[in-house]
Amino acid sequence: MLLIPCPYCGPRPEIEFSYGGEAHLARPRDPAACDDAAWGDFLYARTNPKGIHAERWRHAHGCGRFFNALRHTVSDQFLITYRIGAPRPEIAA
Amino acid sequence: MRAAFRMPAGGRIARGETLSFRFDGRIYTGHPGDTLASALLAHGVHLLGRSFKYHRPRGVLAAGSEEPNALVEIDRGGGRRTPNLRATEVALYDGLVARSQNRAPALSFDLGRINDFFAPLLSAGFYYKTFMWPRRAWRMLYEPLIRRAAGLGRAPEAPDPDRYANRFGHCDVLIVGGGPAGLMAALAASAGEARVVLVDEQAACGGSLLDETTATIAGQPAPVWLAETLATLNARATVRLLRCATAFGYYAENFIAIAERVTEHLADPDPGLPRERLWQMRAREVVLATGATERPLVFPGNDRPGVMLAGAARTYLNRYAVRPGRRAVIVTACDSAYQAASDLAAAGVEVALIADLRDTLPAVASDLAARGIRVAAGMTVLGTQGGLRVRSVAVAPARGGASVRLACDLVLMSGGWTPAIHLFSQSRGQVRFAADLGAFIPDRSVQRERSAGACRGLLDLAETLADGARAGAAAARAAGFPVPDLPRPAVAGAITPAGFHLGLCPRAAATRAFVDFQNDVTAKDIARAAQEGFHAIEHVKRYTTTGMATDQGKTSNLNALALVAAATGRAIPEVGLTSFRPPYTPVTFGTLAGLSRGALFDPVRTTPIHPWAEARGAVFEDVGAWRRARYFPRSDEDMHAAIARECRATREALGLLDASTLGKIEVVGPDAAEFLERFYVNALRKLGIGRCRYGLALGENGFVRDDGVIGRLAPDRFHVTTTTGGATATLDRMEDYLQTEWPDLHVWLTSTTEHWAVLAVQGPQARAALAPLITDIDLAPAAFPPMSVRVGHILGVATRLFRVSFTGELGFEINVPADYAGAVWEAVAARVAACGGAVYGTEAMHVLRAEKGYAIIGQETDGTVTPGDLGLDWTIGKGKTDFIGKRALALPDLRRPGRKQLVGLLTTDPALVLEEGAQIIAGPNPSPGSTALGHVTSAYPSATLGRSIALGLVAAGRQRLGARLYAQTPGGVAEVDLVSPVFFDPAGRRIDG
Ligand SMILES: [Zn+2]
Repeated sequence: MLLIPCPYCGPRPEIEFSYGGEAHLARPRDPAACDDAAWGDFLYARTNPKGIHAERWRHAHGCGRFFNALRHTVSDQFLITYRIGAPRPEIAA
Repeated sequence: MRAAFRMPAGGRIARGETLSFRFDGRIYTGHPGDTLASALLAHGVHLLGRSFKYHRPRGVLAAGSEEPNALVEIDRGGGRRTPNLRATEVALYDGLVARSQNRAPALSFDLGRINDFFAPLLSAGFYYKTFMWPRRAWRMLYEPLIRRAAGLGRAPEAPDPDRYANRFGHCDVLIVGGGPAGLMAALAASAGEARVVLVDEQAACGGSLLDETTATIAGQPAPVWLAETLATLNARATVRLLRCATAFGYYAENFIAIAERVTEHLADPDPGLPRERLWQMRAREVVLATGATERPLVFPGNDRPGVMLAGAARTYLNRYAVRPGRRAVIVTACDSAYQAASDLAAAGVEVALIADLRDTLPAVASDLAARGIRVAAGMTVLGTQGGLRVRSVAVAPARGGASVRLACDLVLMSGGWTPAIHLFSQSRGQVRFAADLGAFIPDRSVQRERSAGACRGLLDLAETLADGARAGAAAARAAGFPVPDLPRPAVAGAITPAGFHLGLCPRAAATRAFVDFQNDVTAKDIARAAQEGFHAIEHVKRYTTTGMATDQGKTSNLNALALVAAATGRAIPEVGLTSFRPPYTPVTFGTLAGLSRGALFDPVRTTPIHPWAEARGAVFEDVGAWRRARYFPRSDEDMHAAIARECRATREALGLLDASTLGKIEVVGPDAAEFLERFYVNALRKLGIGRCRYGLALGENGFVRDDGVIGRLAPDRFHVTTTTGGATATLDRMEDYLQTEWPDLHVWLTSTTEHWAVLAVQGPQARAALAPLITDIDLAPAAFPPMSVRVGHILGVATRLFRVSFTGELGFEINVPADYAGAVWEAVAARVAACGGAVYGTEAMHVLRAEKGYAIIGQETDGTVTPGDLGLDWTIGKGKTDFIGKRALALPDLRRPGRKQLVGLLTTDPALVLEEGAQIIAGPNPSPGSTALGHVTSAYPSATLGRSIALGLVAAGRQRLGARLYAQTPGGVAEVDLVSPVFFDPAGRRIDG
């Protein structure tokens, strides 16, 4: 079981968390201004990288807060977690 | 029966106490400290089981958890029957009942033995080749016959009566293995404040030191050093020793799963204790000191009872004071067998010959020769002879020459030692092949873990001890606890197990030369797999099943690799290594399940009304985690009659439903209205105080996710309901938007699902029934119109009273705090009865809403349904520039003509109730490959309408109203007419009572 560092509570076991999909996909400010392809991308296109993935997690059975994490999809290691709104940290693979 | 092979003195058994036990019905005796295997060997019993495929007689190969042969069934009575336990690990207790497995009718005379004579038919890939055809043979032959003939014990049939516990553990340093390296690691790691846990799979800590009689450590005999070390560790409050505990899984972030056997080895355990306990241990640092396993040599008949690993013989002799035979022949490629020979000779066992596969004898050989023991270099072993016990062994010069048969009742073999890297590999550590050891050893750690001692190839006792001390100190320091270096203990009198041999012995035939004893895989099978083109070890493993038995190939993997390498002309590292997976040794389902059984497996949610419903004989159904009353049958009623009565009562007079499972969310804050405006499709910003609105929530993809009622209690306070099943997901989605997309909105969300109990009072008599109970809310139609909410009291209990209807009748939903719900329910139920009404359950609720064409999210929808598909476009707020899902509703596919739409379906046969999920098709005989037009989503008999009704999603359904289509039924195709989904009171007049 992974140990996930909640930015608010510290390291907690994986079963306390829920996964929230790829991070940094902000809902467009004016959806009506998006053409169909852009909205389709927002809905469905994901990077799915082999390597470092920025993703959303929620400490669902803890503080309840959402946060972002960089996780390596090959090693399954959490490299860093950070608060919603903070920029994606620069980290080498 | 006399234990003729028990030595008069020595061993770690408590001779003062005699235990009696049964094996296959015969009574034997032993002592505390014995295992089942050692106690049987003390009586000269070597035949313990029959092999998996060929039913060959099998004895005891090893002395520990790696044992592949000696699998037995232990019966503790009362349904406590456990198959496939290793006799080498079963601690003896008084009254133990054990049985051999896989034999018929008797262990000594087994009809299945005939499989051995047909061995050529059962060779590598047998499963894949035989089970191809004909299909009928599966049922007639393969399943009943082969499955019975081949197998490992019988699964217990009765429910497991034992109790299992689960515990979460945390420590600074976890040490796996209580042998010399693990003990030194524990001594070093616990010199400071670090919390240290030492886990050992055996009943006694010590590992190889338990067998040691000649070596001295720090000037003391090894047993004395061991006792003092354990006393030191036991005296340290920061150290916990877990015995009879197997670390069976190494998971991410130093999470180790440990199965602790608490009471199984006790004759009369404390009934308060569990049988086994699962530890989920999170360690800052881990030291793996898992030791090494001795490898068998591969030669014909190496599986005969009486053929044993040399180290195991030494264990039986020194630890259990059991002579494993009278006359031994030792074949070895490793120096450690000389230690066994020396100990056996000293104990009075005749050692006929030490046949060394190596050309050069080790130095220790001369010591044995000096004691009159024959030692020969450059030898090989060609086979054994005997029936149920080895009678003789054929040895020969490795480079050619005549073989000679030596009479014996014991053949000891050693192919060298395999470091136990299972847990290291599970931790994702990288291994490398050490050519000088002929084995894989840990190379690079991935987790905060280090290996020590024999499990990383250090087989010398002095080196192992020093390595343990180094690893223990390093682990404590890495965990943040400064500890001193321990002095390196001096060691004397120990033989370093140098030397090894891999693969088939020189000149030996491959037939019946067993590699994997438990799965009956021979060297010939592996050679054949290579011939047939299986070169990758993972393929060879699956094709031959080598290494796939319950022992996971602990004694066989390296020999199998060497044979594949030889057959394909490659080096072992090129062949690769199969993955090690948890569990290290088999773990019972009980241990994994722990307390999560029966009622605790998936806890049931019940409402405050549940006891009332139970007392009234309600029939319940599971709705998600909730248990809800489905209907309330009277004594003479079946399900249909009860539901019909409940529906009629509600339509004609009054019905009362426990709707407490509805999800409820309190949405509060200055931006609450703005938030709900964005979250739901409806116009909510200007919703009046005391007013309600039906709310429809979509995903960003435009598909319906949930619905409910939104009531405004104050400018900044809303009472929002969700579907029963969607409560958690809707709250989660609301939180998601508030925290991540709109953090500028000031809104607080609180789940109030369990705070409010909900009593739905529906029917023409609703107002009359409630009026006497409510004094401070005006129920008059003008004062309290449909879709409004009032705050007041019912029977003095604070209530939020909603005027809403999910039946099409005049309806109220009474929200009261759950603690008062029972009393309020009793009073309301009495009023309902007085008004000629009935309590109804979820089934009548479904029928009543279907008669009105109200969709249930999750029943009529499947995640691909838009508001328009449901005919709910009217709910979308006009002029709203945005809400979740709005943009997607404009995507071409969501506006495509021909989308499936909600319709009513009437069968031409009014008695026929369609099946939910039945396909709707255009004609009675659809051509192959044609597409269904839609499917039935709900179908019920309707007492109100006197016929069956159904709802369905049908392509362009609203344009097809009046059309005749067809539905698939188990009895063939049925005619259905497409109609409006509103079957009852289409004008909606009844809502006012
Ligand atoms: Zn947290």
